[in-house]
Amino acid sequence: MFPVVHTRQLSESVFEMGIEAPRIAAKARAGQFLMVRTTGRGERIPLTFSDWSEGEGWIRFIFMRVGKTTHELSHLSVGDSLADVVGPLGVPTHTEPVGRVAIVGGGVGAAVAFPVARAMAQAGSEVSVILGARTRELLVLQDEIAALPGVTLTVVTDDGTAGEKGLVTSPLKRLCEAGSIDRAFAVGPAIMMKFCAATAREYNVPITVSLNPIMVDGTGMCGACRVTVGGQTRFGCVEGPDFDGLAVDWEELMSRQRIYADDERAADSEFSRGCSCHL
Amino acid sequence: MPPNKPRHKPSRDPRTPMPERAAEVRRGDFDEVASGYSSDDAYREAMRCLQCNNPTCEAGCPVNIRIKDFVGAIIEGQPRRGVEILKERNALPAVCGRVCPQEEQCEAACVLAKKGDPVAIGRLERYLGDFDLACELEHRCVPETAEASGYRCAVVGSGPAGLACAGELARLGHEVTVFESLHAPGGVLTYGIPEFRLPKAIVEAEVGLLEEAGVRIVCDEVIGRIATVEELMTDEGFDAVFIGTGAGLPHFLGIPGENLNGVYSANEYLTRVNLMGAYEFPARADTPVWRGRKVAVVGAGNVAMDAARTAIRLGADEVFLVYRRTEEEMPARREEVHHAKQEGVEFKLLCSPLEITGSNGWVTGIVATRMELGETDESGRRAPVCVLGSDFEIECDTVVIAAGTGANPLTADAAPELERSRRGYIVTDDDGATSTPGVYAGGDIVTGAATVILAMGAGKKAARAMDVWMHQRTES
Ligand SMILES: Cc1cc2nc3c(=O)[nH]c(=O)nc-3n(C[C@H](O)[C@H](O)[C@H](O)COP(=O)(O)OP(=O)(O)OC[C@H]3O[C@@H](n4cnc5c(N)ncnc54)[C@H](O)[C@@H]3O)c2cc1C
Ligand SMILES: Cc1cc2nc3c(=O)[nH]c(=O)nc-3n(C[C@H](O)[C@H](O)[C@H](O)COP(=O)(O)OP(=O)(O)OC[C@H]3O[C@@H](n4cnc5c(N)ncnc54)[C@H](O)[C@@H]3O)c2cc1C
Ligand code: FES
Repeated sequence: MFPVVHTRQLSESVFEMGIEAPRIAAKARAGQFLMVRTTGRGERIPLTFSDWSEGEGWIRFIFMRVGKTTHELSHLSVGDSLADVVGPLGVPTHTEPVGRVAIVGGGVGAAVAFPVARAMAQAGSEVSVILGARTRELLVLQDEIAALPGVTLTVVTDDGTAGEKGLVTSPLKRLCEAGSIDRAFAVGPAIMMKFCAATAREYNVPITVSLNPIMVDGTGMCGACRVTVGGQTRFGCVEGPDFDGLAVDWEELMSRQRIYADDERAADSEFSRGCSCHL
Repeated sequence: MPPNKPRHKPSRDPRTPMPERAAEVRRGDFDEVASGYSSDDAYREAMRCLQCNNPTCEAGCPVNIRIKDFVGAIIEGQPRRGVEILKERNALPAVCGRVCPQEEQCEAACVLAKKGDPVAIGRLERYLGDFDLACELEHRCVPETAEASGYRCAVVGSGPAGLACAGELARLGHEVTVFESLHAPGGVLTYGIPEFRLPKAIVEAEVGLLEEAGVRIVCDEVIGRIATVEELMTDEGFDAVFIGTGAGLPHFLGIPGENLNGVYSANEYLTRVNLMGAYEFPARADTPVWRGRKVAVVGAGNVAMDAARTAIRLGADEVFLVYRRTEEEMPARREEVHHAKQEGVEFKLLCSPLEITGSNGWVTGIVATRMELGETDESGRRAPVCVLGSDFEIECDTVVIAAGTGANPLTADAAPELERSRRGYIVTDDDGATSTPGVYAGGDIVTGAATVILAMGAGKKAARAMDVWMHQRTES
């Protein structure tokens, strides 16, 4: 069992959680993820580290409440435990110095953008972070990212309630156009990453994306997480989650993410019926 | 011979049938198909054994279980002693009694097999394994362990290879920790082989007895990510390491349409259903599985049979098995083929998928071509050849691909320095020693996908070699 040592509600549907897991904390690297199971009957879901402390033995992640498992997670508080936490999984993001890099984080993608920006800046890259969300409420880790040394932050919201009004692709386009970045990194909803990749392609800027296919084991055993990159089938959990954004088959990824949408709606509405936060 | 012991007079009865639930009933649930011998059945069957002076059956067993003696114990009405004899060599008799291909091993070597039906050794093994598990926990048979040696061993992977190795190391007096990446131990026994063939409670109970014997099992730790094999030895102080990570990487066919929604690897399909309990979604489990109405399973091994029979139980109207050779060449156990047919799986033989078709991202069918058998190939079987222009379409909404597996991909990160074969399997000597001193390996990660008992045999053999290696190193 993995004890919960920290919880914080960041917005109506976004939560931060810290758990005690010293062995994982000792190995965590930016861009890697965990597989988490709340209870003995629970689903295994992937969540990315947003932060960790080797010294204090904890890891943190940020999650959006979208279905039953994240809903259940959102009800836990300090003193509760998670049945299972496995990690660190996936190949760490390449954070070695690449000159000037733009990191785009959409929605809870900020959970990944934060440690990646921190690691890249520490390694000596010049980092611009573009943080986007539908509305001000849903912006995540804005202050933490703004406080990172060597990082400049641009905030964008769809409705203009914070930062500039528009989509994350506009500031990305400006940076590309001005020739002021050598590389881009994007993490967030698939549709956002797809458009970031399209923007990068226009200006011949290489772009890495952190994909989020549906997973089961997270260890390369089942193939649920397969994505097509450059015409080849790749396993997101062991070969990713980072891939070349210019080579990803986005339509397939988005289609595969919806496989269980109906089932999962059913499971969550069943769960919500007995749940105080929906009263 | 002791004076009051009567000479054994073998009976000439026919082989005692295994009681099974009717196909129409069992296809509606995940409960076990075969219900096991009663003690009368077991006695009747055991009495058929000739109690040969030179029991050839034992040579047919990859772990050389003392078959003659455990059958003898049943004849004498001493099941408890039978369990003890079994457990000397096999820590998982209730598992092996259910899933071993006995027809190719011990039973094939039984003297009676020459003239008729061999003794049902597997069923008797299962009988004793179940007898033990039916006892109160404190009365179950936990093999005795030697005095503590002071050595510490790590076992990577808790499949049959890892469990057998750990059990043997514990018996030899070593302190053993098993690391498992999933949240439950057992390997394929837990995530792959379905409940209706091997109830998970049986695996849990037999694994529990290993823990009783002192084996420590740590789940949720992926070696290669949380620590490498080298780190286990240098930082965590293990004296020797056994790698039993299995052949868990699913192969696909490499044909168009394989990433459509509704196309599964058998591993994913079976993992969702077995490990995650998706057949009870949403009432008792949170992991869903797509319940197709028309399911095509590609392949014809045990894995394909398990997937097809699972699809039936998930409520499919039609389940097809698509295989490019004939029933003759099927690698699955006869018994499983028979069960699959009884349950309504339809066999589409001599046809090979060319493409998976779809619309709106979902599977709608398979385009296949007819095959015929040509010359004998290097596998000793007649090779299937395409019949030109014979393409046809099989309509379906789910495809499960059971086309074999490869080396578990994380093993290379766990121990990059080890010598490997071209296909990524770990190279070892006969005792399981790898190219790195103190690091041993066995099971599917060495041989490629094989069987439970071969994996167990390899794990045990490696344990003995590790024992010798640890003592020798200290002495020199
Ligand atoms: C490598 C990786 C890292 C991730 N990191 C984070 C993270 O840091 N924070 C976070 O909030 N989420 C993250 N996700 C997504 C997260 O795993 C899903 O939101 C979660 O599985 C949903 O579980 P649920 O039971 O609450 O919802 P479900 O009931 O399972 O699903 C609800 C809805 O979300 C969709 N969905 C399910 N799984 C995914 C997925 N993997 N990606 C996208 N959509 C999905 C479903 O199709 C459905 O429509 C990550 C995914 C991956 C693969
Ligand atoms: C569906 C199916 C049906 C089968 N039916 C039969 C049958 O009827 N009879 C029979 O004899 N055989 C059968 N087999 C084959 C048999 O199950 C295997 O040969 C056997 O399980 C191999 O054992 P193993 O210990 O080598 O590996 P596995 O059983 O694969 O176990 C390996 C374990 O290691 C874990 N692991 C992997 N990598 C790591 C890591 N880096 N760190 C920590 N843990 C790790 C895995 O999670 C897994 O639990 C079947 C196989 C399948 C898939
Ligand atoms: S999640 Fe199973 S292989 Fe990646």
